[in-house]
Amino acid sequence: MEPMPTHLRPRGGPIRRGLFPRSILIRIIVGLGSHLPILHPLMLPLLAIPTGDVPVTFDRDVRPILSDNCFECHGPDTNKRKARLRLDREEGLFAVRDGRPVVAPGSSANSELYARITHADPDSRMPPAEFRHSLDEAELETIRIWIDQGAIYEGHWAWNKPVRPAVPAVADGSWVRNPIDAFVLARLDAEGLLPSPTADARTLARRLSVDLTGLPANADQIAAFERGELVEALLASAHYGERMTQHWLDLVRYADTVGYHGDQEWNMWPYRDYVIRAFNENMPFDKFSLEQLGGDLFEEPTMSDKVAAGYNRLNMVTFEGGSQAKEYLLKYAADRVRNFSTVWLGSTVGCAECHDHKFDPYATKDFYRLSAYFADIEEVGVFSGVGAVPPQMSVTSPEEEIELAEFAAAIQSLKIDLERDDPALAQGQASWESKAILEAGDGVRGSAVWLDDAQSNGGTTEGAWSFVGAGDSTPVYSGKHSRKQTGSGIVQHHFHGAEKRAALAEGDLFYTWVHLDPENPPEQLMLQFHVDGTWEHRAVWGADKISFGGVGTDREAHRQLGDLPATGEWVRLEVDPAAVGLGPGRIVDGMAYTQFSGLAHWDEAGVETDTPSLTFATGSGSVYDAVFATAEARTKEQTQLLRTYYRTISPTLNETRAALGEAEAEKDAFQQTLPVMLETVSVEPREVRVLPRGNWMDESGEVVLPGVPAFLPQGGSDKEERADRLDLARWAVSDANPLVARAFVNRVWKLLFGEGLARTPDDLGNQGARPTHPDLLDWLSAEFIESGWDVKHLVRTIVSSGTYRQSSLTRSDLVERDPFNELLARQSRWRHDAEFVRDGALAVSGLLATTVGGPSVKPYQPAGHWRELNFPMRTWKQGEADQLYRRSLYTFWCRTFLHPAMDAFDAPSRESSCAKRNRSNTPQQALVLLNDPGFVEAARALAEAPARLSPKQADGEGVQWIWSRALARKARAEELSVALALLQEERIRFHADPEATQALLAVGRRPVPDDLTDAELAAWTQVSRLVLNLHETVTRN
Amino acid sequence: MGTAFPISRRDFLSRAGTCTLTGTLASLLAQSSLAAPEVRDASFGPHHIPKARRVIHLCMAGGPSHLETLDYKPELARRHGEPMPESFTKGQQIAQLQGQALKCFGPQHPFARYGESGQSICTLFPKIGAQADKLCIVRSMHTSEINHDPAHTMMNTGSGLSGRPSMGSWSTFELGAKTKDLPGYVVLTSVGKGGQSQPIAARQWSSGFLPGRHQGVHLKSQGEPVHYVSSPDGADLVGQRRLVDAVARLNAAENGRNPDPEIETRLAQYELAYRMQTSVPELVDLSNETEETFELYGTRGADGSYAANCLLARRLAERGVRFIQLYHRGWDHHGGIKRSMEITAKEVDQATGALLEDLDRRGLLEDTIVLWGGEFGRTPMGQGDGRDHHIKGFSVWMAGGGIRGGTSYGATDELGYAASVDPVHVHDLHATMLHLLGLDHKRSTFRFQGRDYRLTDVSGKVIQSWLA
Repeated sequence: MEPMPTHLRPRGGPIRRGLFPRSILIRIIVGLGSHLPILHPLMLPLLAIPTGDVPVTFDRDVRPILSDNCFECHGPDTNKRKARLRLDREEGLFAVRDGRPVVAPGSSANSELYARITHADPDSRMPPAEFRHSLDEAELETIRIWIDQGAIYEGHWAWNKPVRPAVPAVADGSWVRNPIDAFVLARLDAEGLLPSPTADARTLARRLSVDLTGLPANADQIAAFERGELVEALLASAHYGERMTQHWLDLVRYADTVGYHGDQEWNMWPYRDYVIRAFNENMPFDKFSLEQLGGDLFEEPTMSDKVAAGYNRLNMVTFEGGSQAKEYLLKYAADRVRNFSTVWLGSTVGCAECHDHKFDPYATKDFYRLSAYFADIEEVGVFSGVGAVPPQMSVTSPEEEIELAEFAAAIQSLKIDLERDDPALAQGQASWESKAILEAGDGVRGSAVWLDDAQSNGGTTEGAWSFVGAGDSTPVYSGKHSRKQTGSGIVQHHFHGAEKRAALAEGDLFYTWVHLDPENPPEQLMLQFHVDGTWEHRAVWGADKISFGGVGTDREAHRQLGDLPATGEWVRLEVDPAAVGLGPGRIVDGMAYTQFSGLAHWDEAGVETDTPSLTFATGSGSVYDAVFATAEARTKEQTQLLRTYYRTISPTLNETRAALGEAEAEKDAFQQTLPVMLETVSVEPREVRVLPRGNWMDESGEVVLPGVPAFLPQGGSDKEERADRLDLARWAVSDANPLVARAFVNRVWKLLFGEGLARTPDDLGNQGARPTHPDLLDWLSAEFIESGWDVKHLVRTIVSSGTYRQSSLTRSDLVERDPFNELLARQSRWRHDAEFVRDGALAVSGLLATTVGGPSVKPYQPAGHWRELNFPMRTWKQGEADQLYRRSLYTFWCRTFLHPAMDAFDAPSRESSCAKRNRSNTPQQALVLLNDPGFVEAARALAEAPARLSPKQADGEGVQWIWSRALARKARAEELSVALALLQEERIRFHADPEATQALLAVGRRPVPDDLTDAELAAWTQVSRLVLNLHETVTRN
Repeated sequence: MGTAFPISRRDFLSRAGTCTLTGTLASLLAQSSLAAPEVRDASFGPHHIPKARRVIHLCMAGGPSHLETLDYKPELARRHGEPMPESFTKGQQIAQLQGQALKCFGPQHPFARYGESGQSICTLFPKIGAQADKLCIVRSMHTSEINHDPAHTMMNTGSGLSGRPSMGSWSTFELGAKTKDLPGYVVLTSVGKGGQSQPIAARQWSSGFLPGRHQGVHLKSQGEPVHYVSSPDGADLVGQRRLVDAVARLNAAENGRNPDPEIETRLAQYELAYRMQTSVPELVDLSNETEETFELYGTRGADGSYAANCLLARRLAERGVRFIQLYHRGWDHHGGIKRSMEITAKEVDQATGALLEDLDRRGLLEDTIVLWGGEFGRTPMGQGDGRDHHIKGFSVWMAGGGIRGGTSYGATDELGYAASVDPVHVHDLHATMLHLLGLDHKRSTFRFQGRDYRLTDVSGKVIQSWLA
């Protein structure tokens, strides 16, 4: 029989959770009983069922047993609690019930808890037989020993404030570079293990480079390492910020699309720029937290603060018609709680959405109180239209802000000019008013033209406005232009929030001229009117395909006005405002021209009315009403309204108005060049209730105000008004939150060691893994806080340690002893993250475009990958030039159809927070490295130098050159011989097959240099491909 | 240098004698980067003797109306045009019909009885009808998600919350797959012409928190079947083989110097990748299919159609793929349902019948579960001349793999609104499916964030009367 794989538990040993809990070990041994003939000598102390001599500690050994087996009925969940017994709290454990203590310190015989878990009668035994877990002998023993040893209680390791412990003494101090090593070494001493030797310079330089910047190190950097300068150089590099951002974006679930259903695109990349900058400038983590959670709430938020606060809009949203707005508002709220919980608490508060947490003291009420902090964020449950996810804002640099201010000043001065008093103007106004009154009485209807050859009504313009000219066969109804609109599915253009608005009078009719292409007519037309901030006034003609307002319905928001009009001719569509829920006095500030597929031209639109000169108001009241109000009845507002309105039409002011129009157009054009991103705008907070079972339809729960989990220190704020996101942020990085530093430090440790000290970075609670070195974690957490939340200092401290610099090679003495490297007797190896696999290939081939920041880009992606998307249907439009070679951090992130090469290497979809990526090892990865055109092209670029030099230089030198570029070392003899053999065979093949040669060289946009023999380049490309596919190339060692 | 865990799980369990470790150990092994090297056949295996070895899920995406497919409601026909009684709809979720007047909308196509079992099926599906004696028609399905995205998520993962593994991933996680050359979980998609093609997210075949190798692989019947499976132009397979061999030699040398199970795994994956470079083209090369087969399915393949995908599904089944999902996107009939159903039914009827016939005559049907249905049904109330999304009652059918044919289960009320007799939740469907695959749904768990997750979440019961 083979020896049992074991995980030895020394005295004072650690991990109870994690991968091989002690009780399981003991259970294995007990279960095997007498079947073990051959035993490793070091196993002996542990093979017996624990006796009273082995110290058992509560937090490490007992609490996890209780959590798994008891807390569900005797834990934090108020609703499910049985017998009013609560074992997750000290009071509950040591309570006296009916004269019997639950736990009697020192006496398991007198402890009711022990009696129940060992009860002979299966009906009385705990946990009940039907419960899915049961306690085995080892677990019973552990509890018994704990009680008999005095039942010393310990609080949960993560819920008390981290206090800097004393640095332990070690046997041999020479290995200790900084206190981290003392903690690690003290443990190893206790285990009787030695640390691993320090890795060599090349390994360390490459390790540091990929850990700190995500890029491979070159020979220069190895030299810098040898001079002791590399760490600082890497920390100072802009690529450090990129690397840290990659991880942060996983946590906050950054993406370039909305996430649900149609997964429409949105712009959030300025937020990514902010994060990169923050890490590069080493912004303290507390500041970083405040700016993201509540930057918009600062007294005078800068542009950067507002961009940072975009964090609050990173959650997925939906445009899916028929979704329930309230349901989705709840989903967004819940996702924000989960995200805050993961990032700043490293906890699973999300589990308390429908019921009290079963294991940790988070009540459902805590969940909803946390969500209440975010209830002030302006948003809707279901977004509509094609495009925007309001509210949004333009993002400006300081220079751009100055320019905008200059525009504003110019516009302001022109506006003042317009408003000036002038007796000539007053007279002109009087005669205009009389004329209007006459016009109303003459019974002649006219057209108040709202749109013809330009969108000059102001406001927001959306969709593609394609003004096309008369000439050739373009149909134009009036003026010089019509607007061409074509597409598949829903396509539209519109304006809203216009300054020039239409005030409706009795008898008015909307009209617009449209020309349907006879060959390719749309299937449906829709006109939409924007009033009081909503588009819910629509008229449709034709097949019922456009979902706005609900397909199949016939109401104001979706009024069926009949079949499609005739094609091939200009047709006047008319809409009676009453049909779409509008009437006299309503002010319409926008109109949308929507169609389903096909080709149509749209032209003049406006209002048919008795009083065309009174239709367009620039104020908020009705000009019509004001004109017709008699002198006595006319209010002050109406007088002002008319005065203002007249200045928009008076001929004397033509020049001023033209200048104003130009200034505004210039400002708008400038504004268009500015990036736009989603904005966090704080509005009146929505009412937040506790939702029984998380049911959004159930309004019976209590209303709650913002608050932090009740069992944690509250932080003591004197604020009387409702707490807001800034309060939450301040609490999150204060003494009152024991979790935040540990959570952050743990994750940074994970970046540098492959696993956190606590292996479940998103669950530091009762069911999560306990840290392997709790004292070390606390020491680092205290250091982090006391350094002023200095992230680079934390990173520097860790990478300067001897522990970090150990070799990561397997050690035979550790394989069975510590297969998961929990004791840190060596460093770890793992496959690069998805982004760094590609970045590495680009870097070594010289293709990498190192520009930092900016909009997302689209490198090569297999055709048709986006075929299953809709609303709208779209294809991946590959970028140009540098866009193909940027760092993968900037690759366009489509949540529902992540780039398949990234996906193959375990990049997360970012549909929700990811604190720990998978590390899989799949054939898809092999296929990517072998066949993804990006990698083939990189190989080709890498091959150019050796191909250029051969046959003048020996092939061996070319191979060495490739090895040194890609791996920063010389190829070994065997590697050389394999590479040369491949080169030679492939040379023969390519020289004999020019077609194959051309086909290989055509992969990727990079042109083939003229000064090379193609077949040579192709053959050398195979050698480069060999290197780019090596395990070593994609592994962090 | 072997792995850290030389004992297979089954050996381990038989000695230790406990079963509660199952999920935990599985989780531990799966998460560990030092876990046993990858093999196509997972070392876990079924809990009891399976009746089925594979699943073909024919997902009619968009929500096919049960009232024009499998659930005949003459009472609804009688009341056509009348207001829908409030007793049915009050307090219930509603999608696009929010705020509208709700009126009964009778079945738009007639039904007939098929097969010796006399199953009631809409006449739009004669070829499926011809297979009626193989079918177990379930008319009492219900779900909790009324929008497409979360409803698919529920049907695939057992929860409306995204992020959990799909049923295909659970299957390959527990059972591996019998194919050494192809992925264990394959997804095929097609788009219909009879309605809005609602998008489908790749999340639907995601492995969630299970190891990434259990993710579904999207196979296209047009163009490159699997991403990156074709060598770059110019590297014909000879050159590719040389390259893969060279990579293998150098990696093996590395492993010799610094042993690492990850390298061993990578060696195996490169081999598999290379085999896929031939097996995938071989899979989609239909030149060994007979004329009769093409006529049976109504396609010559490689045309992106549902029928082409059905033919591929049979080929995948033959090659040992464990879980095969076909999404036909075209059932979201909010308007014009009478005509749309004609179009969409025609797109699927022949090939579905052909698939059942073809599997049967090759002896594959007896251990292949075929599941046909969508993510929800459609309202008995009209939406214009169409129907809205409906979750309280809808229909699916299953065949093969230990399912009792020629039967029906459950019923909706007289208007086809709610499942009123023997309601079946998605979790029950999953529990039964897993049972047929040889798995106890309560034991098939994975520990993630401190909780033992399972496909059936915290409910689900095996429905014995479906079992042959």
